[in-house]
Amino acid sequence: MKGPGQRSTNALVVLILATMPFWMQYVGGYTELATQVLVMALAAMSLNFLLGFTGTLSFGHAAYFGLGGYGVAMIIKYIAPSTPLGILVGVAVGTIAAMVIGALIIKLRGVYFAMVTIAFGQVFFFIAFRWNSVTGGDDGLTNWKRQALDLGFTRVELLDHALTFYYFVLLIFLLAAACMALILRSPFGRTLLAIRENERKARFLGIPVEHHLWLSFVISCAFCSLAGTLYALLNNFIDPRALYWGQSGNFVIMAVLGGMRSFWGPLVGAAIFVVLQDFISSRTENWMSFVGLFFVLIVLFFPRGVLGMIRRRSSQ
Amino acid sequence: MSLLRVENATRAFGSLVAVNDVSLSVAPGKLQAVIGPNGAGKTTFFNLISGFFPPTSGKIYFDGKDVTGLAPHQRVQMGMARTFQITEIFPELTVRQNLRIPVEVAAGLRLRPWISRRMRDEIDARVVELMLQGNLEDKANRLVGELSHGDQRATEIMMALALKPRLLLLDEPTAGMGDQETYDITRLIRKLHREQSLAIVLIEHDMRVIFHLADRIMVLTEGRVLADGTPDEIAADERVQAAYLGESH
Repeated sequence: MKGPGQRSTNALVVLILATMPFWMQYVGGYTELATQVLVMALAAMSLNFLLGFTGTLSFGHAAYFGLGGYGVAMIIKYIAPSTPLGILVGVAVGTIAAMVIGALIIKLRGVYFAMVTIAFGQVFFFIAFRWNSVTGGDDGLTNWKRQALDLGFTRVELLDHALTFYYFVLLIFLLAAACMALILRSPFGRTLLAIRENERKARFLGIPVEHHLWLSFVISCAFCSLAGTLYALLNNFIDPRALYWGQSGNFVIMAVLGGMRSFWGPLVGAAIFVVLQDFISSRTENWMSFVGLFFVLIVLFFPRGVLGMIRRRSSQ
Repeated sequence: MSLLRVENATRAFGSLVAVNDVSLSVAPGKLQAVIGPNGAGKTTFFNLISGFFPPTSGKIYFDGKDVTGLAPHQRVQMGMARTFQITEIFPELTVRQNLRIPVEVAAGLRLRPWISRRMRDEIDARVVELMLQGNLEDKANRLVGELSHGDQRATEIMMALALKPRLLLLDEPTAGMGDQETYDITRLIRKLHREQSLAIVLIEHDMRVIFHLADRIMVLTEGRVLADGTPDEIAADERVQAAYLGESH
C-alpha cells in the first residue's frame, strides 16, 4: 500500500512542519498560528480516519475535541497542575464518551448517523454552556495555564516559550499521525477500507461491520480529543464554542478541502483554513463567507480536494 | 451426514411468499444446482442460507449446527461463503487488495493493528496462489472496477474462496457473460469443485452449465420445490419440462 513515493511525501511533510515556525513569519504568520495549524490538522485527520478511510461522516467530532479540552483544563485548574496528566485525562474522557455514544448510534447510516452525532455533540455543548459553576459557562474556563513538563532530569517550560510549545505539539502530532497511518496499513485498517467500499460485501467476507465501525469511531474520537487537549493548552482557555457543532463542521470542511482520500489531505485543508481565517478575520468580520466561497470553489472544481488535485496533476 | 440442511424454510414479504416450505440437503463435496424461472425465489432462498435475512419459519443447519439465527459473518466463520448475482467487489481497490482482505480475515487477523513481516509474507503468498488459481496474476495491481465482467466474477469467486469455505454459494456466476467467459468461469468452478472437494450450491440459468457441473438439481417454481434429483432424473421429469425447460428451450 505504501510505495517509495509515499515515503518521500512523508519526509517532505515532516520537513515542512519542523521548519514551519521559521518561515511562518514570511507568509504573515507567527508561531502560535503554526501551532494552531497542527492542532486543527490533528483534529481534521482524526475525523478523516472515519470519513475518508471508513466512509462514515460524523458531524459531532467537536464534542470529543471539546471534552478533551475541558478535561485538561479542569485537571490543571481544579486537581493537579500537570500537563501530561491533563492530556491523559482529557483523552480518556473523550474516548469513554465516544465508546458509550458510539455503541448507541453505530447501527445508523449516512445522514442519520451524521444527524445523531450533531445531537449528541449539542448535549455536551449545552452542559458546558449552562453549568457555570464548573465549566465557567459562556465565558469559558479561564485562570489556568499550561504547566512546565517535568522530565526528571530537566524541566521544559511551555508557557512563555511559544517555540518550545510548538515542538511539543509537533512531537505529539507526529506520534498520533504515525499511529493512525500504521492502523490504516494494518489488516484492521483494510477491513475499514472494505466497509467504506462495500459494506454488504464486507459483511459476507466475515467482518462484523458494526464492531469494526465502532472501533473506528472510538479511535477517531480518541485522536480528536487529543487534539482538543492541545487546543486548550495552546490558548490556556476553553469555552463552549469548542464543543459547538459549527466547530465539527469546520473539521469536515478542512478534511474535504484538503482531500479526504489522502492521508495528509486534512493537514493541507487545516493549514489553508486556519491561515485564511487568521488573515481575513483581521480585515473583515465576515471571514466565514470568504472561507465558504473558497470551499465551494474547491468542491466544484477539485472534488478530490487540494491534495487530490496536486496528485492528479503530478501523475499525468 | 449432510453439510447443509434446510428444513421447511419459508420467507414471506408481506403477502408475497417468496420461498414456500423448501427443504434441501447438500452432502460434503457435492455440487447442488438450483434452477427455476425468474421470480421462483432462488435468490431469496440463497439469502436465507447465507443469513442475509432470517426465514419467516423453518430451520437451517450447517455442519449439524442450527445457524438459523446467526449473522452472515458468523456463518462465514463456520465455513460458508457466497457470491452475488450482481457482482459485489471493492471496485476502487486493486485485485491484490480485494483478495488480501478475505485472506486476512480467514487467518484471524481482522482486528490486528499490525502484523509481523513473516505473517505478511504468508498472506502475500496466499494472495498470489489465489490469483494464479483464478487466472488473475497479470492483473494483480489493476483496479477491479476497470476489469472485464468475467475477471470481476473470477475475482469475486476467489474472494469467497480466500475464506477457505467448505460450502460455496454461487448466485448466477455466468449471468450476463458471453460464451467464452461462461466457458472460463464454468471451468474454474469445476476445477475448484474437483480439486478441493468443495461443496457448492449454484443458482444458474444456463442449462449447459448446469448439466455439465451438477451432481443434483433442485427446481423451484413460485417459491416451491417442483423437483429434486440427479441431472438425468430432472431431464426426464415431465413436470419440469412443462414448467421450465419447455418454455425456455
